[in-house]
Amino acid sequence: MSRRLSLLVGGVVVLSLTACGSTSPTTDATLNVYAAASLQAPFENIAGEFEADHPEVRVQLNFAGSADLATQIIAGAPAEVFASADAATMERVAAEGLLASTPRTFATNTLTIAVAAENPLGIDSLESLSNPDVSTVLCAPQVPCGAAAEAVQKFSGIPIEPVSEEGSVTDVLGKVSSGQADAGLVYVTDVQAAGGAVESVPFDAAGQAVNAYPIAVTGSGGELAQAFVDLVTAPPGQEILSAYGFGEPDQ
Amino acid sequence: MTGTYSGVPRWLLAVAVVGALFLVVPLGAIVLRVDWARFGELVSSDSSRAALLLSLQTSATSTVLCVLFGVPMAFALARTRFRGQRVLRALVLLPLVLPPVVGGIALLYTFGRQGLLGESLRVVGVDIAFSTAAVVLAQTFVALPFLVLSLEGALRTAGTRFETVAATLGARPTTVLRRVSLPLVGPGIVSGAVLSFARALGEFGATLTFAGSLQGVTRTLPLEIYLQRETDPDAAVALSLVLVAVAVLVVAVAHRIHEGSTQ
Repeated sequence: MSRRLSLLVGGVVVLSLTACGSTSPTTDATLNVYAAASLQAPFENIAGEFEADHPEVRVQLNFAGSADLATQIIAGAPAEVFASADAATMERVAAEGLLASTPRTFATNTLTIAVAAENPLGIDSLESLSNPDVSTVLCAPQVPCGAAAEAVQKFSGIPIEPVSEEGSVTDVLGKVSSGQADAGLVYVTDVQAAGGAVESVPFDAAGQAVNAYPIAVTGSGGELAQAFVDLVTAPPGQEILSAYGFGEPDQ
Repeated sequence: MTGTYSGVPRWLLAVAVVGALFLVVPLGAIVLRVDWARFGELVSSDSSRAALLLSLQTSATSTVLCVLFGVPMAFALARTRFRGQRVLRALVLLPLVLPPVVGGIALLYTFGRQGLLGESLRVVGVDIAFSTAAVVLAQTFVALPFLVLSLEGALRTAGTRFETVAATLGARPTTVLRRVSLPLVGPGIVSGAVLSFARALGEFGATLTFAGSLQGVTRTLPLEIYLQRETDPDAAVALSLVLVAVAVLVVAVAHRIHEGSTQ
């Protein structure tokens, strides 16, 4: 009885697993690109260009926080290209021996102060954020945008007491655009992507915490992956990135 | 009830085993991933202790609020009849099936600084944005239906015989409630409260959306786990195990109370 039972259990498991596995459509070739969430808009554009150049290839984009993506890749996710929002996260993947090419910096991003549209509190500098009447939201120091926020505080000598430390830059932006918080430190590109809901107030110390975005071919990537990396770092990719507010590398 | 018919078909048991494995294996996987050498250090760091303490405090407060409001709600639903009662019950139980992040957005547009009631609250000097009170609100919002649902069930099962007798003997409604109804469904209230506590303890989405995340103020244990996972997966696993242990404890208590009440 127990043998029949275990056979049946095994059968059900195998059946359900194969049923799940056979749903993806079969195209000629798929290129798996894992990219930081802030890269969504430009990378969708670049992937379109890539598919136009390589009609037989479908680019499968996976956007999430860089740290999340690194964890997935280390756990064996089938990434062929990895574009991270900071060098430290790329380093984590490199340390596991999972990179097939040397990481190349392809874009930069700087912090800015996000405030409600039309800046009702007249926030004009980092100093304004140290005012206890201004509720400011930052990223937690554990994530790249939080590390950058710590760096600008250290450099400018202006301590900010945040009312909340969010796990991602989009959460910071959400708190400002919903009016819960008066200000937040986010990336220039995030404000641009948010449309008219928030406004950007640039500040001097931002230049001290420039975030460099590295890209690399991962272990399971081949020629196609390298071609994608080349497109991102070549003029066509660079133009798209700069249209979305990203800075050029090596400044 | 008294029969011992156990003619459950074997194939049914086989499917049940698959389902049970699906639920139990992931818990085993967490235990296997725990870095026991660093476990003590990981769960006793400042941020971990602050998160656990905050979680226990806010969940306890939410549970008290759930009992205060949930018991009258359960009585109103189980012991009275009025037009639109079925619709009201469905609405009140909605947070059970609502994704918590939707609950968070709803709370934001109600109690948030630019929300429906936020402006009025600010006028009287109450600003709950990014405060521990916001965490309690989020937890109560998701946990209250658990208490209402389980107590309403207990009330219906208990029936109205004793209450009717007490009333015919001349007891006023408040006396009936205090001396008959509440003692009768006492175990139901306790197990409903335990369920609410467990739900509040696990609250994540609504808190993140509505209350924010700051150590010692709004960063509860689930939020701490989510954040630690970014940089220190070992700490996230260790804290997850703590949360699993607390959940097991809560379920065990609820089960004992339930057993006690049916004997």
